[in-house]
Amino acid sequence: MRKEVLFSGFGGQGVILASVILGRAAAVYENLYAVQTQSYGPESRGGASRAEVVISDEPIDYPKAIAPDYAVFFSQEAYSKYLHTVKEGATVIVEKDLVPHRDPEFEKKLNVIALPLTEIAEETTGLSLTMNILTLGIFVGVTEIVGRESIEKAVRDAVPHGTEEINLRALRKGFELAEKLKP
Amino acid sequence: MKYPFPVGKSDFIQGDEAIARAAILAGCRFYAGYPITPASEIFEAMALYMPLVDGVSIQMEDEIGSIAAIIGASWAGTKAMTATSGPGFSLMQENLGYAVMTETPIVVVNMMRGGPSTGQPTFPAQGDMMQAIWGTHGDHMLIVLSPSTVQETFELTIRAFNLAEKYRTPVVILGDAELAHMRERVYIPNPDEIEVVYRKLPANEEEAKLPFGDPHGDGVPPMPIFGKGYRTYVTGLTHDESGHPRTVEPEVHQKLIGRIFRKILGHKDEIISYETFELDDAEIAIVTTGIVSRSAIRAVKMLRERGVKAGLLKLNTIWPFDFGMIEELAERVRKIYVPEMNMGQLYHLVREGANGKAEVELISKIGGEVHTPMEIVKRVVG
Repeated sequence: MRKEVLFSGFGGQGVILASVILGRAAAVYENLYAVQTQSYGPESRGGASRAEVVISDEPIDYPKAIAPDYAVFFSQEAYSKYLHTVKEGATVIVEKDLVPHRDPEFEKKLNVIALPLTEIAEETTGLSLTMNILTLGIFVGVTEIVGRESIEKAVRDAVPHGTEEINLRALRKGFELAEKLKP
Repeated sequence: MKYPFPVGKSDFIQGDEAIARAAILAGCRFYAGYPITPASEIFEAMALYMPLVDGVSIQMEDEIGSIAAIIGASWAGTKAMTATSGPGFSLMQENLGYAVMTETPIVVVNMMRGGPSTGQPTFPAQGDMMQAIWGTHGDHMLIVLSPSTVQETFELTIRAFNLAEKYRTPVVILGDAELAHMRERVYIPNPDEIEVVYRKLPANEEEAKLPFGDPHGDGVPPMPIFGKGYRTYVTGLTHDESGHPRTVEPEVHQKLIGRIFRKILGHKDEIISYETFELDDAEIAIVTTGIVSRSAIRAVKMLRERGVKAGLLKLNTIWPFDFGMIEELAERVRKIYVPEMNMGQLYHLVREGANGKAEVELISKIGGEVHTPMEIVKRVVG
């Protein structure tokens, strides 16, 4: 069961943190194999940011994504650059307001969830920067790649102390949205 | 002993973090370094953990100072480590030779990035293999280890300390930027689950007077601790068994350097480690080390699905090198491929080992991306 997940956007959106939390939920709380890798330039904010998580029930050889089964796009640049690398039938989450130019023809081959994620995060927690955790909630709710309890534990482990509750609120809002999105 | 991280359970951590935790479990209590991408997280972890285990982590003025400090710490009886990347590793070469000549157990980590010079700070490469083996001047011998997963990075770091202590030698760990920042599940063992080796100390005054002798016939002299009662002379100049400079007698130099080579090469079967995958009936062999091995494992699976009898030899130690093992391999396969993230380094060692018994082809890739399995498959099937 090798599953590849791509998270992409720009620096500062929590792209890498979201990937770390997903990998941690799989590796530590689901006893699966997981590899998280990232690539970014020397700048810590504003540059293109990309992270990958490979999850499997057996040891993972090649650690990078070849054709992602799941992808998250938080920026136009990331969408334009990587959309066409995803597998046919992939589940894809798009930050609608930050990706104005889409490829409707290609999206027909995919299961696309496009929402104003930043706006929903802001409405839910008052903090737009919880958008990455909200997205993780939607992602896990829809794909069930790891259990909800596992991702909650991993969020608690990984977010700064004192922000656990606000992040869990964002995560659970994501679960709630996922329920409505399920076919 | 209470550790500043959970033991006896799995965690999801970066290669850099795994090195720091393994070092502490191996008994390292002194770290000196200078920050550099992609090895800075090792320093960050050491700065956090060392005070909690009664150790010391210190930032030096540069990488020359860093390796000098760990050599000093080691002579004071403490297991010591530094970590860097290409530019810093270049600066360390002089003192790496000093550690070889003074037979000082130290661990030097180089998380390789694209070079030469400052190159590609955030991208992985394997361009420092020859430098790790031959970078310092003069006839020298040391040990170079090369992991491919975060778990292996953890385990080989413990092994690096054990080998350094056992053979009184510097040990280099060659990782890369991918492994440095990659997170994977790692089992962090309880201290009683791991073997930890400590250097031989002089058993008596006689042994202490000859810190560069060979009282046990294994080529490894017991190492006195500075400040523990013996007058010990340590120099990079050619020295006799007592440690005093003797620079004009050929036989003194021959004896010293001969023993430094012998203590490693005489135990090479114990030092060298490797793994094979589908190699027994292979007609095509792939020889790799480090992160690329993972692409090669996948490539072997893909080649087997296509009916190509491919197999992998993955080297966990790249120095000393088992040339004889490569020759035996070359005798029973049609061709050997060497994928590596440089313009051809391991390739030269493999070709020397193959000794013309099989064709050896380099699959070179530079620029900051690990070979994809398909890139290897395509080269093999043409």
